[in-house]
Amino acid sequence: MVFCKRQGFQVKSYKLFILSLITFPLLVSAQNQDSSARTDTTKVYSLPEVTVYARRTEIIPAQTLSEEQLNKLSVLSVADALRYFSGIQIKDYGGVGGLKTVNIRSMGSQHVGLFFDGLQIGNAQNGTVDLGKFSLDNMEALSVYNGQKSDMLQPAKDYASASAVYMTTRKPVFAGGRKNNLTLKAKTGSFDLANASVLWEERLSENLSLSTNAGFIYTSGRYKFRYRKNGGYDTTEVRRNGDVTSLRAEAALFGKIQRGEWQSKAYFYHSERGYPGAAVKKDYGISLLNEDRQKDRNFFVQSSLRKNFSSLYSLKLQAKYANDYMRYIMPPESTLEPVDNRYRQQEIYLTAANLFSIAYWWSAALACDLQWNHLDADGTDMFNANFVQPRRVTALSAAATSMHIQRLKLQGSLLYTFVKDKSARNMAVAPDKNVFTPTVIASYKLFPKVDLDLRTFYKKIFRTPTFNDLYYVQIGNRMLRPEYATQYNIGFAYNKRFGKGVLNNLGIQADAYYNKVTDKIIATPTSNQLVWTMINLGYVEIKGIDVGFTQDFKFKELSVNMRLNYTYQTARDLTPEKNNGGNGGTDHTINLFGHQIPYIPYHSGSAVINMAYRSWDMNYSFIYTGERWMLGGNIPENYIQPWYTHDMSVTKNFTFKTTSLKVTAEINNIFNQQYEVVKWYPMPGTNFKINLTFTI
Amino acid sequence: MMKKLYYTGRSILLAAITICIVSCRKDDLVLPSTPVQVNPWEKVTGDIYGFFLLNEGNMGSNKASLDYYDYATGIYHRNIFAERNPSEIKDLGDVGNDVQIYGNKLYAVINCSNYLEVMDVNTAKHITKIPIPNCRYVAFKDGFAYVSAYAGPVEISENARIGYVAKIDTTRLVVVDECIVGYQPEEMAVVGDKLYVANSGGYRVPNYDRTVSVIDLNTFTETKKIDVAINLHRIQPDNYGNLYVSSRGDYYNIESKTFIIDTHTDKVTNTLHLLPNSNMALCRDSLYVYSNEWNYNTKGWSVSYAIVDTRLQKTVTRNFIKDGTDKQIKVPYGIAVNPNTGEFFVTDAKDYVSPGTLHCFGPDGVRKWSVTTGDIPAHIVFTRRRLQPINN
Repeated sequence: MVFCKRQGFQVKSYKLFILSLITFPLLVSAQNQDSSARTDTTKVYSLPEVTVYARRTEIIPAQTLSEEQLNKLSVLSVADALRYFSGIQIKDYGGVGGLKTVNIRSMGSQHVGLFFDGLQIGNAQNGTVDLGKFSLDNMEALSVYNGQKSDMLQPAKDYASASAVYMTTRKPVFAGGRKNNLTLKAKTGSFDLANASVLWEERLSENLSLSTNAGFIYTSGRYKFRYRKNGGYDTTEVRRNGDVTSLRAEAALFGKIQRGEWQSKAYFYHSERGYPGAAVKKDYGISLLNEDRQKDRNFFVQSSLRKNFSSLYSLKLQAKYANDYMRYIMPPESTLEPVDNRYRQQEIYLTAANLFSIAYWWSAALACDLQWNHLDADGTDMFNANFVQPRRVTALSAAATSMHIQRLKLQGSLLYTFVKDKSARNMAVAPDKNVFTPTVIASYKLFPKVDLDLRTFYKKIFRTPTFNDLYYVQIGNRMLRPEYATQYNIGFAYNKRFGKGVLNNLGIQADAYYNKVTDKIIATPTSNQLVWTMINLGYVEIKGIDVGFTQDFKFKELSVNMRLNYTYQTARDLTPEKNNGGNGGTDHTINLFGHQIPYIPYHSGSAVINMAYRSWDMNYSFIYTGERWMLGGNIPENYIQPWYTHDMSVTKNFTFKTTSLKVTAEINNIFNQQYEVVKWYPMPGTNFKINLTFTI
Repeated sequence: MMKKLYYTGRSILLAAITICIVSCRKDDLVLPSTPVQVNPWEKVTGDIYGFFLLNEGNMGSNKASLDYYDYATGIYHRNIFAERNPSEIKDLGDVGNDVQIYGNKLYAVINCSNYLEVMDVNTAKHITKIPIPNCRYVAFKDGFAYVSAYAGPVEISENARIGYVAKIDTTRLVVVDECIVGYQPEEMAVVGDKLYVANSGGYRVPNYDRTVSVIDLNTFTETKKIDVAINLHRIQPDNYGNLYVSSRGDYYNIESKTFIIDTHTDKVTNTLHLLPNSNMALCRDSLYVYSNEWNYNTKGWSVSYAIVDTRLQKTVTRNFIKDGTDKQIKVPYGIAVNPNTGEFFVTDAKDYVSPGTLHCFGPDGVRKWSVTTGDIPAHIVFTRRRLQPINN
């Protein structure tokens, strides 16, 4: 505990490295207690130190946004915040209520693992999770890992996706001997937004604390959008059926035991929303308006326990039960083919991770996970007659070893995955899958006294076809093979802290990568527009560069923080079937082989400047996504304009004796750019928000 | 070092912001058409000056588009609607399902945008739009256009809508009457004073409709329903008072077939069991038929091409493409025969989300040329008036 006081990362002994690895979560909370004990909490940057710690325990550090940084960005959901990371594309189907999915380094959203407080949030049905659902209200950190988290004491699941997003919620911190904390937040603004949340933290005893959190969001999702062609049509319409009502409640217990800790959490989410649909040409004077509705109810409980039994052996146990209900309705008055489908998913997940610290420079880990998924659904007679009611058992086992030899750090892991599907109705299912996938990670510190690391990794991983891919009535194809992603990455990170002067801190990191996605699962039509199926066909090669740059300045009472991210990517569709062999003679067809895949820009990036002066705080952020193409090749008909938005927020903090009030005013998309992330899903123009945070 | 880095950082940031404020977006211009010279060696004359091809565009993509082929120059003009009608909001719209010419007007049925686009056949310039919910096909007789539409009134018991046919006055361009038919009506054919409508019931799986509705055009009422087979789609008259009607089957155990109705008796007189049928085109007594049949049990497609002699009601050839081009065609989707020259056209919709291909064949079944179209090239109509103006 002593070593982590301010500059924990300067600890020299490798043995202590391993110790800090094991006790990392405890160190974090200790760090927070230490820093927040000071009176002016707004100026304490407790999380950068945590990130620094993370850099030391993991071979390749994550990109991380801390609670403080998240609060300053004018963002409502996790999806909005992820736009500030490099190498990431968010697919946003328009507005507050629209579906939002994340794609890292162009491998596809189903290759991204999403972890909420250390455990994966799954969706065995379609493999994608709507990130718009996750609030930033109570988020302590948001991190993105390419490849995998190179920690050692982690479940096998953490090895099992091509890249991962980790959402970590706030752990209770009690400043100055307080027994409890109460925070009230309220937001309102454009789109009839009403958002309120409450956080209550209570110290029950020396070793036990409780945190409860609840939030409510309503928005009508209505906004005007405009489509205009130079010298052509000009139309302004209103986005409709985009309303969302959601309620979220969480409760968690945090306990400390001798040489370890435990945590238990219950999470409940309920929402009802409209799907606004594509803003294609429609005559709104007649019937058949899009009125699709979705209701969700998600519930899970999860617990974890970590204990280091000796300097040689540590154990982490985790368990989760999730129960999800989703209902999708297309009412008869709005469609020809009314739909009222209900999906019920259940998941049970157990994991045990073991860490053996064999020598001060060498450790080994073994993690075993067992997961059971269950999907029931009911809809039309046709649907019910043909739905297999799938059950799936997944066993994952990961063996890993990590070595620190002088300035070199190495980690190798091998993941074994076994998947067995069954049908509750004894219908034919997909064959079992037995797959081994390896990962190698290395980093090397070039000079003993300079914080400059070279790093590299290789990873091969696959995604299991989802229940929808395999069994969706009429569309599914149970003979699908897994879709593989292979990644090669090389890069460096440089970080320098200056003791004095204007420039406080400087960080640069850059990575170049090459990814291949083989046996890509795609939807293909059969004999007409209404009948599709899934096949293994695509082959995509991705080459890219991610660059990140951070600087901190301090001029007397003014502190300035700047972050820049830039990504250049080519993601070429090299599916052999796309190649028509070039044309000539009587063949005047266009060859689409080798074109950039849909919705991946060559250039994208973001810039954020943050300024703090006494009790004032100002944030300016800029996001850029370059030209892209929609489905169907890089031809003028499919071209989508670049988009770039400027957002700004100003915050004033009022502090009284034991209470504080924070008022933030935001203006987003300042220049009222009319843009689309997905073609025909228009995004909002200029919009406003006011946030109040009251802490007692 | 420190100062240098600081200034570098600041200038990068400023440069990035400046560049992006000033110059990142191109002007969003109306997309011009693309002319492609496909047939420089042949000058075809006669009263057919060219043809329009309507591309459906995948549902939700708003990519219905119109192409034009000019016989005099041998130039294929891709995407001509937007540049001729720049003020039409969002171009042609979502899913083009049929294109026909009647009198001086060109009619395009835009299924998911719920309207009938009426253009001047000489210029392809917009005249008006007629809203019809979920409209599918159009047919003509005596100054009236008849449009089949899925979206009739909601039948509460079945929780599905019965279809109807809208009657449109082609001079005033307004809907004057409606007639209820079967579920999800598709293609129509006019024989004498009767309108035959193939009902599919495709949205009522597995309770498909299985009838052809017969409408008396004098009274515009449905006089009878002829029981044929499930999931009907195409309907094509021959020169002997017969109708060829296609059934798509159920994609599981019931195969696609072709049925023949005698319009004198309004009875099914023949079933061509071995003629799966996705689409057909008639040229004199030759009925060109292709089939692209998907089966869920085998997870496989079977594609076939055939010509039926309508005098004998018998298949006379099992492949009218003679040079092996059929192996390049992934998803045959449209077919047309030039009645003057006998040359025929087959389109390939490929993966439905990429531009398709149009293949032109001589009457001998040997390919003359191929060209890239819009997405899902599907419907072809020959024109006896040359499109004006036409830039080469």
